[in-house]
Amino acid sequence: MALDATGIIFRREFNAYVRSPMGYIVAAVVLLIDGILFYAYALNSREGELLSGQVLEGFLYFASGMTAIAAVALSIRLVAEERQTGTLLLLDTSPVRDWEILLGKFLSALAFLSLITVATLYMPLLILVNGKIAVGHILIGYLGLTLLGAAVLAIGLFASALTRHQLVAAAVAAVITGALFLFMPLAEIVGPPFGRFFAALTIHGRHWAGFQSGILHLRDVVYYLAMSYFFLFAAIKVMEAKRWE
Amino acid sequence: MVHLTDVTKYYGNKRALGPVSFEIEKGNTVGFLGLNGVGKTTLLRILACGLRPSSGTVLVDGLDVLRDPHEVRKRVGYLPELPPVYRDMTVTDYLAFAGRIKGMTPEAVARRMPEVQERTRIVEVRDMPTGHLSQGYRQRVGVAQAIIHEPELLILDEPTHDLDPVQIMEMRAMIRSLTDSHTILISSHILPEISRTCDRLLILNDGEIVASGTEEELGEKLFASRRLSVTVRLDGDGPVEAAQAAIAQVAGVTSVQTPDSTGRQAGEAGVVIFQVEGESDLRAEVCRALVETGHDVVALNRAERGLERVFVGLVGGGETWH
Repeated sequence: MALDATGIIFRREFNAYVRSPMGYIVAAVVLLIDGILFYAYALNSREGELLSGQVLEGFLYFASGMTAIAAVALSIRLVAEERQTGTLLLLDTSPVRDWEILLGKFLSALAFLSLITVATLYMPLLILVNGKIAVGHILIGYLGLTLLGAAVLAIGLFASALTRHQLVAAAVAAVITGALFLFMPLAEIVGPPFGRFFAALTIHGRHWAGFQSGILHLRDVVYYLAMSYFFLFAAIKVMEAKRWE
Repeated sequence: MVHLTDVTKYYGNKRALGPVSFEIEKGNTVGFLGLNGVGKTTLLRILACGLRPSSGTVLVDGLDVLRDPHEVRKRVGYLPELPPVYRDMTVTDYLAFAGRIKGMTPEAVARRMPEVQERTRIVEVRDMPTGHLSQGYRQRVGVAQAIIHEPELLILDEPTHDLDPVQIMEMRAMIRSLTDSHTILISSHILPEISRTCDRLLILNDGEIVASGTEEELGEKLFASRRLSVTVRLDGDGPVEAAQAAIAQVAGVTSVQTPDSTGRQAGEAGVVIFQVEGESDLRAEVCRALVETGHDVVALNRAERGLERVFVGLVGGGETWH
C-alpha cells in the first residue's frame, strides 16, 4: 500500500501540473528565458570567440538559476494550496502516511521539472551538432540540473508544508534557497575557518561547479541528495506536527 | 461503535473541547448540535483521526485513534464542512482517487463507482470537473467520497452548509437513505436538519455536552409541564369564560390562555384556541370536560415544543444535565 499511495498521489499531482495553466506558464517562462540567455550570453559573448565547452558551461550556468526558480514556483503550491482549499483533509483522514503524501508530491514535481529541463536539451544539442563537446558533459550537466532541482523542490515543499499561503511559502523558499546560493560568496568574504563551512553548504558554487564543467564528483551528488532528504524529512515532520496540532 | 472518555482538545492554552465522554451504538444516527465555535468540528475531526486529542481516550470500533489511526481511518468516512474536492478533476476521477487513497483496489473502485454515484445522485455530472459543479452537487460529491470505501462510521460536518432549501431537502433524504448501512454522526447549528435526521442528539455548548437524548426526551426534561392547543367551537355567542372554566377545572391543568381579550379567534367565527399548560398529558381529560359541558372540540394537539426552545433553553440558560 505504501508505494501504491505514493504512486496514486504522484499521478494526481502530475496530472494537476499538466491540467493547470500554472504548469505551462512555468515551462514557457523557463524555456523563453533560457533561450534568450543562451542566445545573448552563450552564443554572442562579449568575451569574443568561445570554445564549445565554454558555451555549454555558460548555458548550464544560466539553466541552473532558472531551474532553481522553476523548482520554487512548482513546489510552493504542493501543500499550501491543499491546506487553503481544504483538500488536505481528505488526505489527512485517509489511511496514508505523511511521508507517502509528500514523497508522491515531491516526485511529481520532480518529474514535471525534469520534463521542462529535458525540453531545453535542444540548446546543448545545437552546440553538439555545430561544435565539439562531449556527450558526457551534457549528461553530467543535466544530472546536475536534476539534482539541484530536486534539492530546491524539497526546500519549496518544506516551505509549502509550513503555511496555507502560497505567497508566504514562496517567500520562505526564496529566502532559504537564496541564502544557500549566497553561502559561496559569503565563504569567500569571511575566509577560513567559517568560510569552509559555508562553502561546504552552498547549494550552487562549490557543489555545482563540477556539473557545469562536466566533472562528476560523488561528494556533489551526495550533497544534493542529502539536501533533498533533509528538507523532505523536515517537511514530513512539519506535516506530522500540523496534523496533530 | 464510538466510545469517548474524558476527551479534551486545547489550542495553546485555549480549551476548544471537553472534557467530553459519550458512547454511540452501531447503526445509530446521532446529531451534534451547537452554535458556531462550540467545538463540533474539533470533535468530529478527532473522531475522523484528523486531529489529536489533548487528553482522553477515543475508540472507534474498539480501535484507539492514537494507537491505530491508520486502521481507524479505513473505517471512517468524513465529509468536512467544505467538501474536499479537487476542482481540476472530473467527478469520476476524483472519486476513483478518493477510493484508491482509502485503500481500495482499482477493481473494487470500478465495482463500487456506479452504486455510489447512483446513491448520491451525481450520475448526470460524473464527467464534469468538480470545479464546474453547483454547491449542491459538490456537497453530494463530498458525501460520495466519504462513502466510497464503505466505512462503518460516517461523519458529516454541516452537510447542508451553503445549500438552498431544495438542496437541503435532497441532502436530508440522501442522509436518511444512508442510515440503514452506516453509523452516522452529523453536526449542525440548523435545528430542523438535526431533528429530522437523527435518532439521538448531543447538544454542545462551550466545548461540553450539555444534554443528550431524543428531541422528545430533551423537551420533556427541559420543560416540566406539557402544553396543549385546544380549538373549540362556541355555540353562537356563548361565553368564552364557560369553556375556559371547563378546561381549568380539570385536575392537573395549571393555566389556560386565550389568544386575545375577546376570546375570539380571527378567521373562523365562533372558534377559539386555548393554550393549556398541564402537569402531564391531559388531552383526554380536557376533551371530556369540554364535551360534557356542551362545547364542540374541533382540534386538540400537543403544542410543538420545538427543538429551538430546547436548544435556546440549554445553551442560553447554561444548564447542564444528561
